[in-house]
Amino acid sequence: MSEGTALRGALVLEEVSITSRVGARLIDRLSLTVAPGTVATVMGPSGIGKSTLLAYVAGFLDRRTFAAEGRVMIGKERLDTLPAEARHVGILFQDPVLFPHLSVAGNLLFGLPRTRWRSRAQRRARVSEVLAQAGLAGFEDRDPATLSGGQKARVSLLRTLLAEPRALLLDEPFGKLDAPLRAEVRAFVFAHARERGLPTLLVTHDAEDAEAAGGPVVALNGPGGVRPPCD
Amino acid sequence: MLLRLAPAATLAVLAGPVVLGLAFTVLPAFGFLPALGGTTFALDPWRGLLAAPGLSTALTLTVGTGLATTLLALALAAGLCAAVAHRPGMARLQRLMVPLLASPPSGLALGFAFLVMPSGWLVRLVSPWATGWAVPPAGLVTVGDPLGISLVAALLIKEVPYLTLMLFAASATVPVERLMAAARALGRDAATAWVSVVFPQLYRQVRLPVFAVLAFSMSVVDVAIIVGPTNPPPLAVLATRWFLGYDLAYFHTAAAAATLQLVLVALAILLWLALERPVAALGRRWLARGSRSRAAGGAAGVAGAVAALLILLGLLSLLAMLVWSLAGSWRFPAALPDSWQLWLWRGEAGDAAALASTSAGIGLAAVAVALVLTLACLENEQRHGLHPGAAVQWLVYLPLIVPQIAFLFGVQVLLVRAGLDGTPLAVVWAHLVFVLPFVFLSLADAYRALDPRYAMTAAAMGAGRWQVFLTVKLPLLARPILIAAAVGFAVSIAQYLPTLFAGAGRVATLTTEAVTLSSGGDRRILGLVAVLQAALPLAAYGLALALPFLAFRRFRGMA
Repeated sequence: MSEGTALRGALVLEEVSITSRVGARLIDRLSLTVAPGTVATVMGPSGIGKSTLLAYVAGFLDRRTFAAEGRVMIGKERLDTLPAEARHVGILFQDPVLFPHLSVAGNLLFGLPRTRWRSRAQRRARVSEVLAQAGLAGFEDRDPATLSGGQKARVSLLRTLLAEPRALLLDEPFGKLDAPLRAEVRAFVFAHARERGLPTLLVTHDAEDAEAAGGPVVALNGPGGVRPPCD
Repeated sequence: MLLRLAPAATLAVLAGPVVLGLAFTVLPAFGFLPALGGTTFALDPWRGLLAAPGLSTALTLTVGTGLATTLLALALAAGLCAAVAHRPGMARLQRLMVPLLASPPSGLALGFAFLVMPSGWLVRLVSPWATGWAVPPAGLVTVGDPLGISLVAALLIKEVPYLTLMLFAASATVPVERLMAAARALGRDAATAWVSVVFPQLYRQVRLPVFAVLAFSMSVVDVAIIVGPTNPPPLAVLATRWFLGYDLAYFHTAAAAATLQLVLVALAILLWLALERPVAALGRRWLARGSRSRAAGGAAGVAGAVAALLILLGLLSLLAMLVWSLAGSWRFPAALPDSWQLWLWRGEAGDAAALASTSAGIGLAAVAVALVLTLACLENEQRHGLHPGAAVQWLVYLPLIVPQIAFLFGVQVLLVRAGLDGTPLAVVWAHLVFVLPFVFLSLADAYRALDPRYAMTAAAMGAGRWQVFLTVKLPLLARPILIAAAVGFAVSIAQYLPTLFAGAGRVATLTTEAVTLSSGGDRRILGLVAVLQAALPLAAYGLALALPFLAFRRFRGMA
């Protein structure tokens, strides 16, 4: 992979600062480049503003509560001026957030872009294909509420990936899983992200997650304290 | 972009009639009404009002029954909550209250009147074997007693379940179990624990509903006509009578009476506010004494028992109306009809169906508009990250706290001017003023509480805001939306004065018919009307529960 293509698809944060309207500076001039296929980790204790950073990148920052500056880009394209739905940045939360009123297939079809997959049969076939690849063959009509924790996590990732994101944000997505499942889901998510060459930004307070991610690590140490990324 | 206008449109729909209506009530009260030749201000209307026979009694009744109803309703509802808070029966109790919450106050009052009147069900149940009465006792005064006791009781049947529900709802925001566990560990019995540590935190949240109860009980017209004292009646009934007399000589007096009604309610609310601090201080002193006495718990138990009795009476009232509608002949003192029949349901079916369809039509139209405005406001709020403050809450409660007669009078004046009185538009709008607050209040919490990550996840997959609204938020909120619709529908079915005033007396609904028939109509027809009055809202509640259940029965996460 040449330098040029890597940069075109990289997720770039440039001098990003986020300040709470009550005055606390959560993120101070953070710059970070996440190359395609790598997983960068932002570490820090809870309440430090890690999730706020992801909300800013994805386009969900509550502007009444926070002020933000700095640029977010995919390659050379600016994201921070676009609405969330136009950014094509996938996000996974601590919970799978599967839509409870849709079947497993319904959840996956929600993400599948109409522009690429038009006919009903084609769309359903695509969904069945990715389910089978993920070891969930025949799960199309299942109620998401009846799945196990690991199955839910996998469906959630598949849904995000089917939407063909240009980058992936992980908001402590393994935090609520117990230890053996945690390693399994983590491996599943990272493998898919690398396979698709997605620049991935993970926030976590767990050093094991950062180690498994294998990419650059940024530690947030409270207001004003950002350590530069060290590879 | 249209969405940005939603709050303004809602405000106009709600506050417009209230503010303009008030203005055109107060102006004629001071003789100013160009249409009737009054172009200068005068105090004649007030002289006319003060000269009205029985006015001071009417005022005493208005204030006395209003304050008594509110104090008792709050005490009984709190007692009920204290008594059941630590028991598993809470869900069952809530289900029992649904018919009472759904039924219009006028329908419940009709049933209650039949229960307690000298020839009513309660006397029949103990006659003649216990009382020896073979004819209805002549000396027994119940319905329409001059002190308004039966008026207070009939109102309590409606208001105790309402405030209980409000307390239950507020409980969800407070860690009730932990608070009670802490207080019980400090030696308080369960009911005392609830009264001393939970109630003080809930009171602030139920304060506006309490004011709504206060304004409603002071100003209610339909229930007062059915079970209240008649000579003189409370002020609002007096004003309605003068107004409906269509005698222009009384028009300005009626306006003055409606204005006075507004002043009385405002004073009562101020009095309540003024007493809050001293009462709270007394409460804190009681808590600081550290007493382990069980007296408070005992009092709460008594209040809870009385509240339970009222709920039972309310359910019996509904049953009484059903029995009457199916009765053939029913002589005193038989406890049940001598013969049963369905002829009335067949014979009167045409008229009843016409009334029911008018009522349902108005209700559905008002609910549809209310839902669109409410959803637009809430969605606008989320898109722009607005956090509405207490002022918005007060605005929403405005139509429930300003007495109906005080602004409907002026609304009617304006409608006549515009040539709109008696039109469906006028009636639906008048209902909307009361339907909208209830729809908004019952939907807002659920809408704001929906996990924002659903919408974020959908947006991250490329779904636009309207797609998120239609395919994620609406289905996930189907149940609270339909429940809000059912609540709004029940409110519309219950409206008496708005129908009467905006409809110019030409629009007949189940509720206006029930009040008209209550003075000496055929009791079986009355029973039929009252049954339909309760049945329509109950059917709406049933649908609101059944539809999401059927639509999403495959999905456990939607239960």
